[in-house]
Amino acid sequence: MKTWLKILAIGLLFYLHIGGMLFDVPRLNIVNETVRATYFHVPMWFGMCFLFSLSLYNAILYLRKPLAEYDVRAEAFAHVGLAFGILGILTGMIWANYTWGSPWHGDPKQNGAAIACLVYLAYFVLRGSVENHEQKARLSAVYNIFAFAAMVPLIFIIPRMTSSMHPGSGGNPGFNMYDLDSRMRLVLYPATAGWFIVGYWIASLRIKIKTIEEKLLDLEHETSR
Amino acid sequence: MFQAIKILIRKELTLELRRKSVISGIGLYLLSLIFICYLTFSLRQASISQATWSALFWLTILFSVINSVAKGFIGEKRGLSIYYYSVAPAEAIILSKIIYNALLCLILSLVGYFLFHLFIHNPVQDQPLFVLTLVLTSVGFSSSLGLISAISSKAGNSNILVAVLSFPVVISILLMAIKVTKNVLDGLERSASYDELLNLLAINCISTALAYLLFPYIWRS
Repeated sequence: MKTWLKILAIGLLFYLHIGGMLFDVPRLNIVNETVRATYFHVPMWFGMCFLFSLSLYNAILYLRKPLAEYDVRAEAFAHVGLAFGILGILTGMIWANYTWGSPWHGDPKQNGAAIACLVYLAYFVLRGSVENHEQKARLSAVYNIFAFAAMVPLIFIIPRMTSSMHPGSGGNPGFNMYDLDSRMRLVLYPATAGWFIVGYWIASLRIKIKTIEEKLLDLEHETSR
Repeated sequence: MFQAIKILIRKELTLELRRKSVISGIGLYLLSLIFICYLTFSLRQASISQATWSALFWLTILFSVINSVAKGFIGEKRGLSIYYYSVAPAEAIILSKIIYNALLCLILSLVGYFLFHLFIHNPVQDQPLFVLTLVLTSVGFSSSLGLISAISSKAGNSNILVAVLSFPVVISILLMAIKVTKNVLDGLERSASYDELLNLLAINCISTALAYLLFPYIWRS
């Protein structure tokens, strides 16, 4: 990764924390000041979708051309994406505790998100249970595509069809609440970009560590021979 | 291609009919599940609520389907799969499996429905719509479980893996089915469930297409 991108990411996150805490936000009933949680909760889901799409992309590349490099990338992106998803659930639970009255409300979107995380946990279970490297890479690439296809209806389609208190579900348009105030976008969009870059950064570090570990293993093999 | 699918389905059917123990095993499993429900609730006339009925029904169907369909690829021997690989295209194999398993699922769920009607009562108000839901879910189960049983049969310790890999995927089908069931039990108009039925159909199309596209990669090893 380019150094200027890393510096940009750090700058954006500083901006997010200062701006998110201090800038003016619209006054809304019940939500009140907790509307600031938008800056921290929503980018997590954007980031998760971004990372899972990258993982999917690498899985497809692996099936087209089986190189170990693609498999390592797919795993790293899925890993960081899952971490983003779990953080998204946690931030959502904190927010729900103050606005809906309890951390877990059985909201369709909450349930869907939890199931989507389970799907990706199953992906790691699958990876852990296959010994053969090539077999593992191919099977998990196939399951990765399947998991992405299962995630899309769970998070984006089913919650929109049922009644839900979550903005963006039950007929509520996604960002209508925030469209009222363009001041919030001034923080939300840079924050999303910042988290995208940070997620990509963490994943690229994982990829680097994995490739170095594999090189070391190869070297050990050669010296022991 | 179509010829191959037809022959493969016929082969599955004759094999299944030849080993009568498997079919009767699944039937007995279904019967005992429903009988246990009957005994534990010690049901007289219509004493369980509609929500409980739909939960019991879908749990029974889910368990018997997973026990029968998920075994699709696991039961097969290694040599046999190599033989299939040499005589038929992979797409024909997965499609024939999906069609055959969908039929099996449909029969299982219809029999289950009949047994529920017999032992526990039958609160369904719109029979054709409910049967249509059963058809759609059968196709959905067979296509998503088919691919997953193929993955886990290649991955070794299959029995745990099937459960772990399949439940998250099957959940979205079940959610839709339970919603339609609720509408049917409440006696709502048909137009109330169109969205869910369309969604089920879409999920079926996606999972069948994915199975068709991805199966050759699993098969190749």
